[in-house]
Amino acid sequence: MARQVSRQRKIGMTILAWFVGFLIFFPILWTFLTSFKTELTAISIPPQFLFFDWTTENYVNIQAQANYFHFMMNSIYLALGSTVLGLIFAIPAAWAMAFSPTKRTKDVLLWMLSTKMLPAVGVYIPIYLLFINLGLLDSRLGLIIVLFLINLPIMVWMLYTYFKEIPVDILEAARMDGATLRQEITQILAPMAVPGIASTVLLNVILAWNEAFWTLNLTTSNAAPLTAFIASFSSPQGNFYATLSAASMLAIAPILIVGWFSQKQLVRGLTFGAVK
Amino acid sequence: MATQHSQKLARSMMAPSVIALLIWMAVPLAMTLYYSTLGYSLYNPISTPFVGIENYTYFLTDPTFIAALTNTMVLVVGVLVITIGGGILLALLLDQDIYGVNIVRLLVIAPFFVMPTVAALVWKNMMMNPVYGVIGQSMSAIGLAPIDWMTDVPLLSIILIVAWQWLPFATLILLTSLQSLSSDQKEAAEMDGAGALSIFWYITLPHMSRAITVVILIQTIFLLSIFAEILVTTNGGPGAQSTNITYLVYQQAISFGDIGAASAGGIVAVILANIVAIFLIKAIGKNLDA
Repeated sequence: MARQVSRQRKIGMTILAWFVGFLIFFPILWTFLTSFKTELTAISIPPQFLFFDWTTENYVNIQAQANYFHFMMNSIYLALGSTVLGLIFAIPAAWAMAFSPTKRTKDVLLWMLSTKMLPAVGVYIPIYLLFINLGLLDSRLGLIIVLFLINLPIMVWMLYTYFKEIPVDILEAARMDGATLRQEITQILAPMAVPGIASTVLLNVILAWNEAFWTLNLTTSNAAPLTAFIASFSSPQGNFYATLSAASMLAIAPILIVGWFSQKQLVRGLTFGAVK
Repeated sequence: MATQHSQKLARSMMAPSVIALLIWMAVPLAMTLYYSTLGYSLYNPISTPFVGIENYTYFLTDPTFIAALTNTMVLVVGVLVITIGGGILLALLLDQDIYGVNIVRLLVIAPFFVMPTVAALVWKNMMMNPVYGVIGQSMSAIGLAPIDWMTDVPLLSIILIVAWQWLPFATLILLTSLQSLSSDQKEAAEMDGAGALSIFWYITLPHMSRAITVVILIQTIFLLSIFAEILVTTNGGPGAQSTNITYLVYQQAISFGDIGAASAGGIVAVILANIVAIFLIKAIGKNLDA
């Protein structure tokens, strides 16, 4: 009897959860479906759900008409460029904080975090004018530097929380066994640091890919990534739902997949280790 | 001797990051502060006289500023209420024994990875458009008059869009916290005859309070700077009905070319964010000791 009640409860909860999940996911699902409709089907009344003539013409069109590939490559350059630059700066810093902490380590960490809380508009005007004067406006290099700087505190923090979990005792043991410094690093520390570095890379790529203040304000066309390309649909001409949907799907699909795989690390990175 | 050497090494390893962030934070901020005291227009960049606090008095007495400040608060609080309330309910739901919980989780967290411009434009056009949007068509189908979201309730529309993007974040963090609650406590309470509601109120909610604080603080930092969602949907309008501080500063600089006033606005935004940041840093710093 009790088992039957708990089974009924499980089925009830399952239905409720799937229904809520479907509702939350619906805008993405609808964008996916619309991307395979013709512009006319996309605005038909009543809306067509599944039974329409599926077409891939929108995906072909956005490349032919808007040179989609150009914006996609910019997004990739910006995400990877800022991440690599970030790793070069953040790994040594986090390493030093985790393995040779001093009294001030905590203060430095918190100070770094506080820079992340500086609102973009607080530094927007000088950066904008500086970029004009240096010829960096609408350049990939300029944006890579800005994205690197806004995400550097998160990278240092996340790497720090991972590095801190590497047991130091193991190094002593290796030294006793006669391991050289080189062996220590390549055979013991590196393998233990890799998962933390990988998670940090994923989070940073997600944040850089979706950043939509600096990418919108510091680019016009040359260095414009997908966030800016999609923004160009805000003043549309004619029917554009299907085109917008196709462009949107291509823009969010890679990050959606990366994000789905890294959800656990995300909690850690985005809360600066405050919730595990 | 060895420790002195290793501390020197440690310091030189940290130096590049510290210097980079110091320059990034201090130099532009000092320049913003400096510009905010100038009568500096992009249309006449030759003459930039010192005007003292005139930009601040202009900015702070501008009715648009009061509207923008109110909108910023409403936006932040509105999104927080929806995401924390919804996040707690969703976390409780996903913590239940259900079939395919991992897939439901994927569905629920998906909006977080959608870039702001996509989220805003998809909602504006395909969900909220009064004629072709799914919501409008659903309302018509059951005989209700569809709402022209972006014109009639612009700020509410932006709150809903932003809440949709941040609900997964709140859910994910609250769920993580919920799952670290030991079942012993709950079982003991059940044995004592406590109902589901009082277990939630006296055991679950206090356990989640830290996670809730973290969600509130982190989201507030990001929500104070909402920009793209406004730019691509309402442009801050109609009038200034959906203009927040960030958007107002952008408008002052780009549309009116008023560098002085925009800089004063930027400084005001920094002060607002700092008030929140102090609490956040304290909360996280406390955790660092534990």
